[in-house]
Amino acid sequence: MTALALQILILSITAGIFGSILGLGGGIIITPALTLLFGIDIKYAIGASIVSVIATSSGAAVVYIKDKITNIRIGMFLEIATTIGAITGAFISGLINPKYLYIIFGLLLLYSAIAMLQKKSQELPENVENHPLANKLKLNSSYYDKALKKNIDYNVTGIYGGFGMMYVAGVISGLLGIGSGIFKVMAMDLFMKLPLKVSSATSNFMIGVTAAASAGVYLLRGDIDPKIAAPVALGVLIGATIGTKIMQNLKSKTIRMIFIPVLAFVSIQMIIKGFSK
Amino acid sequence: MDKENSKIDEMEIIISNFLRVGVLLSAIIVFVGLTMYLVTGISGYSGSYFPATLSEIFRGFIALKPYAIIMVGLIILILTPVFRVGVSILVFIREKDFLYVKITTLVFIILLISLILGKVE
Repeated sequence: MTALALQILILSITAGIFGSILGLGGGIIITPALTLLFGIDIKYAIGASIVSVIATSSGAAVVYIKDKITNIRIGMFLEIATTIGAITGAFISGLINPKYLYIIFGLLLLYSAIAMLQKKSQELPENVENHPLANKLKLNSSYYDKALKKNIDYNVTGIYGGFGMMYVAGVISGLLGIGSGIFKVMAMDLFMKLPLKVSSATSNFMIGVTAAASAGVYLLRGDIDPKIAAPVALGVLIGATIGTKIMQNLKSKTIRMIFIPVLAFVSIQMIIKGFSK
Repeated sequence: MDKENSKIDEMEIIISNFLRVGVLLSAIIVFVGLTMYLVTGISGYSGSYFPATLSEIFRGFIALKPYAIIMVGLIILILTPVFRVGVSILVFIREKDFLYVKITTLVFIILLISLILGKVE
């Protein structure tokens, strides 16, 4: 029992590090690893991954907010879309066969990997015009980039596209308990053209709220098994704390280069799992 | 502009500190519960059963059952982002940023609805 808990703890530390660097919440690692490596029922794996998402989010946000990489206003504004999406997802999850969920989810991930690949040489977004709504909502801001050793001012565009994508992110989070972070990073990176570190940190900030919106449902349904969720929560919190230190000193290009293979790998894994069910 | 920046600084410090307290509290409780379970091998419940209703978790927590202690820590973890939204509303009110008071209140209401809906189910 202790050996299993330690293995899950180590896995979760890894998930926390990657999750906090990429803004993904670690569920993307936790759910497949728990089911594929440990043979844990998908129901409890999803329950544990919801816990991991919340742990990554809160653990990473402690640092990212203090260091002003998180854009709190963008996060709060977009949370309207993700929370409504999360409720939608949690309630339609019983109606859809998980086989199709894996395939759809995998294909969407594969698409996002390709979209990201097209931006691989870009360190910071260029020539971004502020959207009129972004001015009204005071979304543009700045942060200090430790890797570039300078202050980065940035504008915000594509508010409507980003908002719509955020709703989709919320629905997916509610459905599978994973993947919401990827779509949040995508929405901010591809639609709203934010610097990648801001997208990652703000995604991290938001995923906890979206997951919390569905976590209550999962907990009361008996999907959160304490012997699995406890080492996941502790490991991810440790990992997220380590990850925030690493991320700030990485170049955005490097983060993107970690992001793309993670996306591709997980998407293929999910598609295979969908077809083999 | 300087005044604006110092306001944002304050907001960031308050929210960051709030999250730190929530995370540490839940981590300590989960750690205590998990350690008790692993050391004694007793979950406080028969077989692989674990409590999933709030009253059962609360009763188990009072009786110091390891699984119930873990669940309390996890509930605190789950509630931290919800309360974080609540704290943000108060911070935006303090800053007299009423557009964001509205936005954040809306998010908070949606969150509460989702928690209530979960309970009904």
